[in-house]
Amino acid sequence: MTLSELLVAPFAEFAFMRRAMVAGIALAVGGGPLGVMLQLRRMSLVGDAMSHAVLPGAAIGFVIAGLSLPVMGAGGFVAGLIVAALSGLVSRFTALREDASFAAFYLISLALGVLIISLHGGGNVDIMHVLFGSVLAVDDTALLLVVGITSLTVVMLAVILRPLVLDCVDPDFLRTVSGQGGFYHQVFLLLVVANLVAAFLALGTLMAVGLMMLPAAAARFWARGLAGAAALASAIGIVASVAGLILSYHLDFASGPAIVLVAGVVYALSLTVGRYGSLRANLLPPRHRAA
Amino acid sequence: MIRLDNVSVAYDRHPAVHHVSGAFKAGELTAIVGPNGAGKSTLLRAIVGATKLEDGRVLLDGIERRDIAYLPQAAAIDRSFPISVGELVQLGHWRRVGAWAAISGRQRDEAAAALAAVGLDGFAGRPIGGLSIGQFQRVLFARLLLQDARVILLDEPFNAVDARTTADLIEVVLRWRAEQRTIVMVAHDHDLVARHCAETLLLARECIAWGPTAEVLTAQNQLRARAMAEAWTGAAPVCERDAA
Repeated sequence: MTLSELLVAPFAEFAFMRRAMVAGIALAVGGGPLGVMLQLRRMSLVGDAMSHAVLPGAAIGFVIAGLSLPVMGAGGFVAGLIVAALSGLVSRFTALREDASFAAFYLISLALGVLIISLHGGGNVDIMHVLFGSVLAVDDTALLLVVGITSLTVVMLAVILRPLVLDCVDPDFLRTVSGQGGFYHQVFLLLVVANLVAAFLALGTLMAVGLMMLPAAAARFWARGLAGAAALASAIGIVASVAGLILSYHLDFASGPAIVLVAGVVYALSLTVGRYGSLRANLLPPRHRAA
Repeated sequence: MIRLDNVSVAYDRHPAVHHVSGAFKAGELTAIVGPNGAGKSTLLRAIVGATKLEDGRVLLDGIERRDIAYLPQAAAIDRSFPISVGELVQLGHWRRVGAWAAISGRQRDEAAAALAAVGLDGFAGRPIGGLSIGQFQRVLFARLLLQDARVILLDEPFNAVDARTTADLIEVVLRWRAEQRTIVMVAHDHDLVARHCAETLLLARECIAWGPTAEVLTAQNQLRARAMAEAWTGAAPVCERDAA
């Protein structure tokens, strides 16, 4: 097998592979910076919670319109927003902290989703796509949706970057100078939900958060600054998407898990030999500097 | 400028600040002193609107809430966040640049000058995580300098800070006072208060005394404050004091 047969042929021959690659790259570009911010806000698991929270909306979309990715995506988006908003309100107006209120609402949401699926889609093979993804089934409409959402995410992140960073570092200061600290946090959560919906169209609800958090966690071992970590996370996500698709093509693996597992391998390598705070850096530190 | 009209703040129904009325003198440096748990930080939070009033009003005469700069106790800041000293200080320009506008070259120079003014010349490129507590407090003062606010609230700014840093930062505070800014500072060090603050509010949930520092910081007032702060019962009856 030549290198061209190995790396180029799958994409050259099949349109669905090209669409899957573009979807993967778009998801990596949007998910990288979001993942880094989630991690810095100590909300890594909130991404996971949100990815489960979209399930009942997607299931209702499936019940209404069958396996229509735009309708399921819209349903998932609404469900995710409801969970994010309710969690935000509960942590703001009651004594419960945000992580606990997220856990409560996503579990309720997940249970609702499973119930709806069991009532309407039991035994239906298509519904498995919702759970485990179907990056190879991404059609042109879904692809436009994915690319649109992730492009908008990058723009929106640029717009709210300053208050968002300030909300992380020094929320009291943001509140006194702008009077609206919580607003930017809500916009950020909205972007997270939108990207998870985009990701579940391609990777399924179970895998959606993988392209967001694993590259971000890996990038942390190589870059110290915010911009560097975000760019690197996106780059790792792109590599994982393309490499995962090639693996899934040649070895006949399911594409979603293959992509996430490649990101997992990059993460494992990074935490072993990365530049900052990795096992290597901690066990075999370079000699200290003179000043 | 800032008037308190019967202000009460409660946590879990227990008052932390109880029916406090009075006014902070404009253009003056006022200290808030009192035992631990006296409600000093809570009162500052109430003034900037960061905590809900149980009762009463905070009246701002001739100023808006955004004219007030507030330095809380440093614990609330996430110092592991990857942001540089210079970037953090430049956020003091917020009122002029807001969430979106670019920070101009001149504003960057002003930030560098503010850093130099607090003795941190050349620190702009360092990550905030690498600073000592005293250095970090200097950074926050540099940001306050840029904020250029007419009213400045400082919550125990010299806590856990060495003598040299305290002396340097007190200079900054006195310069603000000379510029006719209104400063309210929570402090524990009564010597420092007696030396630099013309006005003092002695707080022990309730206002024990408020006026010229020498008249407030008497032994008798301080005994009263301690007794008041220590009186706490889980099953206290509902306060019936007239809200008016």
